[in-house]
Parts: sequence; C-alpha cells; structure tokens
Amino acid sequence: MLKRPKRGVPEGLWIRCPGCQQTIFRKEAEKNLNVCPECDDHWYVPARQRIAQVLDAGTFEERFAGLTTADPLGFVDPGSPYPQRLEREQKRTGLTEAAVVGTGMIRARRVAFGVTDSGFMMGSMGSVVGEKLTRIIEVAVDQQLPLIIISGSGGGARMHEGILSLMQMAKTSAALARYDSAGGLFISVLTNPTMGGVAASFASLGDAIFAEPNAMVGFAGPRVIKAAIRMELPKGFQTSEFLLEHGYIDRIVRRKDLKSELARTIDYCGK
Amino acid sequence: MANNEHRLAFEKPIYELEEHLEKLEAKPEQTPEVRNEIRGLRRERVELIKSIYGNLRPWETVEVARHPERPMTADYLETVFEEFVELHGDKHFGDDRAIRTGFAKLDTFKVMVVGQQKGKTLKERQLCNYGFAHPEGYRKAMAKMKTAAKFGMPIVCFIDTGGAFPGIGAEERGQAYVIAQSMYEMSRLPTPIACVVIGEGGSGGALGIAVGDRVAMLENAYYSVISPEGCAGIIWKSNSFKEQAAEALKFTAKDLLRFGAIDDIIAEPLGGAHRDPGLMANRLKMYLRGALRELCAKPIDKLVAERYEKFRRMGIFLESPPEPAQQPSPDGHPLRPPHQTAATAAPEPV
Repeated sequence: MLKRPKRGVPEGLWIRCPGCQQTIFRKEAEKNLNVCPECDDHWYVPARQRIAQVLDAGTFEERFAGLTTADPLGFVDPGSPYPQRLEREQKRTGLTEAAVVGTGMIRARRVAFGVTDSGFMMGSMGSVVGEKLTRIIEVAVDQQLPLIIISGSGGGARMHEGILSLMQMAKTSAALARYDSAGGLFISVLTNPTMGGVAASFASLGDAIFAEPNAMVGFAGPRVIKAAIRMELPKGFQTSEFLLEHGYIDRIVRRKDLKSELARTIDYCGK
Repeated sequence: MANNEHRLAFEKPIYELEEHLEKLEAKPEQTPEVRNEIRGLRRERVELIKSIYGNLRPWETVEVARHPERPMTADYLETVFEEFVELHGDKHFGDDRAIRTGFAKLDTFKVMVVGQQKGKTLKERQLCNYGFAHPEGYRKAMAKMKTAAKFGMPIVCFIDTGGAFPGIGAEERGQAYVIAQSMYEMSRLPTPIACVVIGEGGSGGALGIAVGDRVAMLENAYYSVISPEGCAGIIWKSNSFKEQAAEALKFTAKDLLRFGAIDDIIAEPLGGAHRDPGLMANRLKMYLRGALRELCAKPIDKLVAERYEKFRRMGIFLESPPEPAQQPSPDGHPLRPPHQTAATAAPEPV
C-alpha cells in the first residue's frame, strides 16, 4: 500500500485544518494561498507553488537544475539507503532536491530567488542545497540583484551527507558575507518550520528577516531541548511571534502580503 | 595512570599488561629473567597500544575524544602558550565559561585565543556547562575575533564541544543567529585564523568558531554534523545504536581529510593525548607555529580569498548537464570555484 504523503495538502475535496480542525473546502483554501480561511493558519506550500505565489507569472527562470545528489558517505540506513530515500522523495514531490533557485520578477523588480521545500527530506541541507543557494547568491553578486530566500526546513543540515552538510552552513554564510560586502540586499523569509543548520546559517543572515505567522523557527528541536533541560517548554516557544518579541526577526508577514512587502523593502533599499 | 573509572573498555588489555608490568617492576629482587620479562613486556605494551589505537572503531574514537583526562583548552592555555590574558566580556549578557577568549603569546606571535572548555572536575564542568556554549559565548568569541583583526593579531581557535546548548535561554538569546553571524564574520575577517578540533567537534556549535584558514584535527578527535547518539535516535529510533551511527557518519579525522573538510591531522602520542598531555601540547605548538608562520606571510587579501575558496569548494554532488560557465566578471573576482563533481571529487571507497 502506498504511504500517504506526510506533507502537503491531502487529496480530496475537503481538508481538515491542522490549526482549527475545521473542515475546509479544498478549492477555497488553494485560492487563499493555502491559508486556512477560518483561523488564518499558514499551511505548507510546495516550492513550485511558492514560486507561483511570490514571483510575477511566467518570470521565473530556474538555474542550476542539473545539480543532483550523490551519496558520498555511502550512508548506512537500515530502513532505506540514502539513494532510495531520495528517489522516493523525488517521486513524491516532483523535485530533484529540497532547493529550487533561479531569477524572476517581483512586481517587475528583478531578483535572485531561492526556496527550500520542507516537504523534501524535511527541507534539509546537503551538498546540493548548499551549492544551489551559493550559486544563486553568486548570481546576485554578479548581476547586482536583490536576493530573496524563502526557507522551510525542519531538518537543518542533512545528516546523510555528514560533515559535508555541516560545511554547507559555512559555505552559504561565506557567500552571503561576500554579497553583503558587495552591497547586496538579502531578504530572508522564514516559513514553518525553519530549524537547526538552516536557521543557524543563511536563513538568519538577511538584511531584513520576515517570517510567516506562527511558523516554528529555532536552533534546537523542542524534543532535544526538553531532553536537555527536563522541563516543559513555554507556550508559543520558538514561534515567529516569540522570535519577533526577542528581536530576531523584523516583521511577521502574512502570505497574502508577502509579495508587496518584498517589493516595498526592495524599493526602500533602493535596489 | 588513568584511574579506574576513566578506563575505556577497549583499553582493558593495555591496563592488564601495565598492571602486570608494574608488579614485576616493583619486585625487590630483579633477577636477569625478571629484567628480561620486563623488557619484553615493555615492547609488548608499545605494540599492543599501537595495534589497538591503530584500529579504533569510530565509536571508540568518540570515547577517546571525550576521555575525561584528555587535555582541554584550559590545559593547552598553560602548556602551548607562554602567557594567557583572559578577556571575559561579551558586552551583552554574561560571561559564558564554555568559551574562553583572550590574548596569548606563542613564541613571537601575539595571538587571540578562542577555545571551548568542557571542564574536568564536576564543579568546573557545571561552571562551563559541560562545554555547551550559550549565545553569549559566541558573541564573546566574535567580539574578540574582531578586536584581533583590528589590531592585526592572528586568531587561534580550539574546538571541543558536544554542541551549542539547546535550551530556553539559548533560543531566546538567538543561538541560531549568533552561530550564523559568527561563520559569516569569520569568513571575511582580515587576519589569519588557525582552528584545531582538539576533542569533540559537535555540529554547528563547533563550526561556529571553526571557519579558518587552517582547520586541523587531532588524530582522535571527531567532527560531526550530529552526535552519534542523536543520529542513532533518528535513524535507529534508539540511541543504543550509537556505534552503528558512529560508523555511518564518517566523522573521524581521516574521513574529514578525505572529504576536504579539514586541512591537516595532528598525530597524537601513542595511545591518545590523555597518555601524554605534554607531548601532545608540544605537537600542537609545533603545528600552530608552522601554520601561523605560513599564514602571517601571506598578503591579507590573498589569505581571505583563499579562505573563501576553501569553504566554497566544500560539498560533493553530481551535475549533468553542467551549465555553461558564466562570463567572468570584468574585475575578475574569484567567486567561481573550480567545479567539483562526484566523478572527480568523490573519495575512493575504503
């Protein structure tokens, strides 16, 4: 029997909102950018759909799509070897890897753009995700474009590629430092969830950092923290609102406003 | 000699042989036969340690890296440097004892040392949170590194941590942000940076102070994206599979050298750094002296460009069909690395 996809809006005419448990008409939710019309819960958006939501229609030109994942460690996983796992994720999501990058327009402003899809191996960063993001950052340097990266990653650095995944944190951060030195504008958008090695590298390095409402964002996973401190975690811990309160993000932006907020920030920075 | 509670299981034959040897050596009457046996046992001991330490399983390497008697940053501050002037202030929240920073002298070099400290006694371990730093530790490290760069001082980083601390306060004070910011700034600091993983290189908490011109590991250190226990919990659903996870993660110094994640391996004394901390300190000092000499001789622009290129090249992947290379920018800036594919960069299977 086929396993039901863990993420994504399930098949069928009706959907139960994970936020308010209401049954929602699927078409209506899609029209509403996968946001619950009842409780404003921001649901998962696959990478391609995100591109369609944020960039002007037909302007996205994907880059570096030929990068694919190797299995440099020959990672031993008794459940499913890494290459098989990747193949399954590819079939399920229609993506080759967790990141899609390219150039496109936001309300007629040309930008370098990247998105990580939390539905592909939890949006975790291995060599390919790191390389794609680094190359699009370099495109932004070369062509003097504003850079937008929309992150969704519950997985952080992908353990199946061991140290090579960890090093992608340094690689993307170093590329962003060069972009910064060159005067580039980077707007980082955090979506549910953005954790671990992704939160602790490129996603935290925006000149402006936006987050969708009630997204889970943080360094360590709540289970790890609970195990370390043997305490219950406060309500609302590691949400966008928590981060805003503690000064780590600039704005909480609802999905329907994202495009215009990005355009406005680009204009303010004169990019 | 290691006291009993610190004895690692795989070292048992070594300790048994040593006990036997000690008994013989303590004999008041040393007949020629006894002397012969002692000589033989001493040779045997060396061979035994060589064979055990020459064939450590990855999990055993972790045990050596975490050995309570293994020299730590605080030891090296005394043995490698002539002087250490600690600077405590992060100017933000508090003094994190899991990361020590300050001026130090190594021969003629005046350097800034940034080192993670796990602690040896229970009291010390509690004081420095077992080496799990909070955001203020990384803020302090970053501030001191910037001071170093301002005054043209090279930086020496010692990495020894299970990871950055996972806690409520740590999240409130921006653990993810400070680690990202630290890598970001280190990648472009205009001063030489030499990093050595002396024990545990625990994920982002280690990498946060390990973006350097030279990154070395002691022979029995490990450096990993996730702890073997953490990986076992996710893949095998139980951390009792830590040995299998340790095999799977390929995190020993040899593995990392093969993957191009580190530049050098510093050999440990026979049977690990904890058997001869003095010799270990000497070797570390020799390494740092060489690295600093080489790095300080380079023009700063070249140094920083090479540091960037080194991290830029990291990663192994496939590419097909490769995108046509972009026109190099007119100022010829060195962003485009030699392109690496699995076909050319993947290590031989071992």
